[in-house]
Amino acid sequence: MRIQLNGEPFELPDGEPVAGLLERLQLVGRRVAVELNLDIVPRSQHATTVLREGDRVEVVHAIGGG
Amino acid sequence: MSDVLRDKPFTLAGRTYGSRLLVGTGKYKDLDETRRAIEASGAEIVTVAVRRTNIGQNPGEPNLLDVIPPDRYTILPNTAGCFDAAEAVRTCRLARELLDGHSLVKLEVLADQKTLFPNVIETLRAAETLVADGFDVMVYTSDDPIIARQLADMGCIAVMPLAGLIGTGLGICNPYNLRIILEEAKVPVLVDAGVGTASDATIAMELGCDGVLMNSAIAHAGDPVMMGAAMQHAIIAGRLAYLAGRMPKKLYASASSPLDGLVR
Repeated sequence: MRIQLNGEPFELPDGEPVAGLLERLQLVGRRVAVELNLDIVPRSQHATTVLREGDRVEVVHAIGGG
Repeated sequence: MSDVLRDKPFTLAGRTYGSRLLVGTGKYKDLDETRRAIEASGAEIVTVAVRRTNIGQNPGEPNLLDVIPPDRYTILPNTAGCFDAAEAVRTCRLARELLDGHSLVKLEVLADQKTLFPNVIETLRAAETLVADGFDVMVYTSDDPIIARQLADMGCIAVMPLAGLIGTGLGICNPYNLRIILEEAKVPVLVDAGVGTASDATIAMELGCDGVLMNSAIAHAGDPVMMGAAMQHAIIAGRLAYLAGRMPKKLYASASSPLDGLVR
């Protein structure tokens, strides 16, 4: 299936949870926040939140800024 | 520095701070320079931006929060780069998740790329939503005293008027508006943006501001680490001068040495 990840198309196997996506991105244990279709996915729900075709996922982190 | 102890504590969202200088983390050469400049500044509250993670690039890349650890600094996520209320609210919610439920945010909704002037209409909208959602909102705004009052009345925990446009270093462009804002302030007032060098920060504090937030003045200095230290002193000097109360200005001279006993 195909999702939109940070504005770009991204291929994933069906039934992949958010935690699986972060593992593929080598972001496990990194300080990131995940938004799915404009709603926050709390860290405690990464393992149980399953992604679906067409989902819009944002993965963000902190960078330098004023 | 015993006089500093007579100062009332600087409290934001129930937490007390020793430093009245807040610093940003943008525009530095690298993370090491960021860390050293912030350490030299003595700041305890540090702003960060929230941005998309680069997918598939440098997974081992050092993270900003490794050099400014949240257990040592109060991280103040900002919404810089947002141009409407919806974007700003979304960014704050992501930041709260990123920082494990931390509710302190800097709200900044911009109107225009050239001036980076705040869009106060969208700022008011976003502030209302964020306050209702339980955020502790420190809000960047224009130096309009009426808007500052409205933002405080709607529950923002600090009002942060610009002293000059972001990144210009033009200093305190309109001290009179700041004075009006300060005169009726019900929440802490911090100058955010415009400071260019140490004396600007001192002037802001002498006016009675509760603190100053700056980024470019340190990051774009010739030696950011040294300027970080200079700003620490500037803030303390301005605060002490404000507490001490300056002498009245006079038109004519007044001798400092007594005239009695003069050798004639």
